[in-house]
Amino acid sequence: MLEHDIVIIGGGPAGMAAAVAAWDKGATDIVILDRDDDIGGILRQCIHNGFGLHKLGRELTGPEYAAVYKKKVEERHIKVYYETMVTDLTADRVVTASNRDGILKIKAKAVILAMGCRERSRGALNISGKRPAGVYSAGTAQKLMNCEGYMVGKRAVILGSGDIGLIMARRMSLEGAKVEAVCELMPYSGGLTRNIVQCLEDFNIPLYLSTTVCEIHGDRRLEGVTIAEVDENRRVIEETKRYIPCDTLLLSVGLIPENELTRAAGIPIDPITNGAIVDEHRETEVKGIFACGNVLQVHDLVDYVSDEAEIAGMSAAELVLNGRTDGTAVNTAAGNGVRYVLPQRISNTDSDVALFMRVVKPFGKVRFTVKSGDEVLATAVRIKAAPGEMEKIVVKSSKLALAKDTVTVSLEEI
Amino acid sequence: MERNITCIICPRGCSLTVTVDGENTKVIGHSCPKGEKYGIDECVNPVRTVTSIVRVTNREDTMVSVKTADPIPKAEIFDLMKLIRETTVEAPVKIGDIIIENVYGTNVIATKDIK
Amino acid sequence: MNYDVAVIGAGVVGGMVARELTKYKLSTVLIDKENDVACGASKANSGIIHGGFDPEPDTLKAKLNAMGVQKLYATAKALHVPHKNNGSFVCAFSEEEDKTVKELYERGLKNGIKGMSVISGDEARKMEPNLSPDITSVLNVPSAGIICPYELTIAAVGNAMKNGAELLTDFTVTSIINTDGMFTVSSADGRAVSAKYIINCAGCYSDKVANMVGDTSFEIIPRAGQYILLDKKEGARVTHTIFQVPSKEGKGILVSPTVDGNLLTGPTAEAVDCPMCVNTTPDGLAAVQKLAAKSVPSVQFREVITSFCGVRSSEKNGDFIIEESKVQKGFVNVAAIDSPGLSSCVAIAEYTVDILRNMGVELIENTDFDGTREDPHFFRHMTDDEKNEYVKAHPDYGKIICRCETVTEGEIRDAIRRDPKPQDIDGVKRRTRSGMGRCQGGFCKPFVMKLIAEENKTAMENVTKNGKESAMVIGKI
Repeated sequence: MLEHDIVIIGGGPAGMAAAVAAWDKGATDIVILDRDDDIGGILRQCIHNGFGLHKLGRELTGPEYAAVYKKKVEERHIKVYYETMVTDLTADRVVTASNRDGILKIKAKAVILAMGCRERSRGALNISGKRPAGVYSAGTAQKLMNCEGYMVGKRAVILGSGDIGLIMARRMSLEGAKVEAVCELMPYSGGLTRNIVQCLEDFNIPLYLSTTVCEIHGDRRLEGVTIAEVDENRRVIEETKRYIPCDTLLLSVGLIPENELTRAAGIPIDPITNGAIVDEHRETEVKGIFACGNVLQVHDLVDYVSDEAEIAGMSAAELVLNGRTDGTAVNTAAGNGVRYVLPQRISNTDSDVALFMRVVKPFGKVRFTVKSGDEVLATAVRIKAAPGEMEKIVVKSSKLALAKDTVTVSLEEI
Repeated sequence: MERNITCIICPRGCSLTVTVDGENTKVIGHSCPKGEKYGIDECVNPVRTVTSIVRVTNREDTMVSVKTADPIPKAEIFDLMKLIRETTVEAPVKIGDIIIENVYGTNVIATKDIK
Repeated sequence: MNYDVAVIGAGVVGGMVARELTKYKLSTVLIDKENDVACGASKANSGIIHGGFDPEPDTLKAKLNAMGVQKLYATAKALHVPHKNNGSFVCAFSEEEDKTVKELYERGLKNGIKGMSVISGDEARKMEPNLSPDITSVLNVPSAGIICPYELTIAAVGNAMKNGAELLTDFTVTSIINTDGMFTVSSADGRAVSAKYIINCAGCYSDKVANMVGDTSFEIIPRAGQYILLDKKEGARVTHTIFQVPSKEGKGILVSPTVDGNLLTGPTAEAVDCPMCVNTTPDGLAAVQKLAAKSVPSVQFREVITSFCGVRSSEKNGDFIIEESKVQKGFVNVAAIDSPGLSSCVAIAEYTVDILRNMGVELIENTDFDGTREDPHFFRHMTDDEKNEYVKAHPDYGKIICRCETVTEGEIRDAIRRDPKPQDIDGVKRRTRSGMGRCQGGFCKPFVMKLIAEENKTAMENVTKNGKESAMVIGKI
């Protein structure tokens, strides 16, 4: 069995940033395990721009953003195992992986989970019909187009207005395909506003809200879909059904954190985020195992993934180098209008803590209030808030010291 | 003429109201100077950064991702795409290498290293 | 080409019949209209090895099911097909249904089924804590089991091929002409084979194939069954296969672990117009959920990973039809093989060869016959030490392509090379499970496409999902 101070599972944006931050903090015995032949993760197929404005102060494409961090990893000579799939993780931090050399077992002082997420598949949607070719999750189509250079179809309908779906609507249009429609089950889009403007409006692609794909037609290759509006209970309104001929259906219907290893290690999972329950160090309920990036909570901006991964990386280094003693812990909770708050637990109220959250539905101007008992710890006003855009509120340590009980974040419209 | 647009400079997506009047075009609703500039540009001379891929001929099944170094006029996007589709490159390619020179006032550059 | 026997239909029955024929010195050809084996009912059914209590006594179904179970276990073992003798429960929910359970028990005794017992609901819940509190009594059938039906078909056909049978795919039979005791079987694309005997194992199309020789003695009624497959997280919800007693509302639906560790629920039973009617419907899937919850209320349907629909070939008289055609000598119908066809498939194959024997076909033992299949080396079934050792010798087995199901590049390459060779993504999926897991191929599909293109030395544009005209990509950018 090999031994390393820090083992990072996944070399995407989270894994890379965590590795760099841990190294810079002084823990240099780090390995990254990645399933692909290069690090960078999903960024490698996200050839569009819009990355890095917050974190790096300039606008980059996905591959460029990945290259910035890859360079940092290489400069620090951090060991990367490529084409290495982790197949098991135990609570005492033994990582089992497989690659062309055989089975690898590593005992780590700290493990950082950075496996990212996967796309929800057709199977989970119960759309009627057969199983023809031409039905892709948006990210699979993105990989085939941007990395392999193949066109997946000529005439497309996209179900789900998540960012990947919107980006792919533009991408297919640019390559000459006709995108007939983007259908969104909810009465609002799950994607960033800028993507609706740049990816749909620029190309005159209609976005149908409260609309779903209810039937798939075709035996071998997709021939068309039936779309229909849904009522407030998301039930199909029969009389609104209509047929759209198409050879491609892209699904952008949600991302699911890839927490199979997390579960294997017996780490408790938050049913709302579908990621591990963590404290402000991004340490899970199992000591020495940290989580960051989309495996912890699905982010909308990679910049915030990097931020989160740095917290995990630094905390893991801190634990490995110095051990750690925590003060009084308090839990966090989502109050009115807030779907979840992360971290779910604050172990140490001595430093400022940034709370991240998503709202339950789109709001206009709102005020967020962070409270513990009757004590108001922080407030923040936003001109608007939407489920597709993660909110961040920093609570000062001086205020945190007043928190004796659960810290709840709620909002009110103003 | 008044137009309501959404600012796409950053993820915040401010709702802008632009009163288009030549030199005197005015914007309200923005949260930063970049947004004001975007509002004016979007109504007077809209531009976009275009990203795509170019085939690498001397590597099997390999594509290099590319982008316009600066945004180009929105109306020219499809003409540029035609040009990009007709282009191939040979590895090695470094990030920032010029793939197509001087088109619509800018260059198309590589966004990925190909060894 | 001239053959002694042509078997039409490469489902589990046709595959097993072909394999059985290769035990004798007979030249055998197996024909299918699809580009792969197991493309009809054999790819989408419950995968259950039924105990044999259910068929009416003195029917072929009763006889062959009772005979077939142990034969199937033995064959599955010889062919390295994953299977498990997990036992089944048939649950009653009322006093009236308690009576039915007792009747089924009596019927099972008549059918010669051993080891059965009737237990109380509480006894059953001790063994299966997630069973509904409403269950009043249970028929416990320890001999029942589960098996992967398409893997069994693939293995049977592969084994038949190893022993000399030929497989012709994409061969849609359009006419069968008998001239002087020799049949000529022609396909839509102009190919033709000749054979002295024909075994009609064409499943839902077996009546149409029989019609080609003037046999109109039976009519297949396709019946669709919809299923919901759940994530492995739900796989341990029950260990037995849980049936409901047949009631006025229908035959009830089952909740069962699969050999791969998922949980399967279904099927509905709907008469449909055609054997291609494999649509899933919201109503059908809703019915599956509702009825599954009746037996096992705690099943978490948010863990669904896919749903599917299979069509089985039923006939109005309800029994298997296995006999030489009354209107065409030399033509044997093996038709109307619906449940318990999978459980009976080995017995059906033996019974069919007995019919040939009785018809006077000279059966000389093929002493070279080898009824075993080489272990396909499923990586996920190996221990870490076994994996390590195997990877050292076969490095491609260390590269995991399908994360959800732990399928390696080596397994995929071997599956593409092994008879019967898969032609497309779904064929590779059925052989290796790549793309069958919770992400449904979202991650591995592009890799599998590349491996198929590479192994078959073809372009990515020619890689299909499921047969001709199902290309995955339409061209290079």
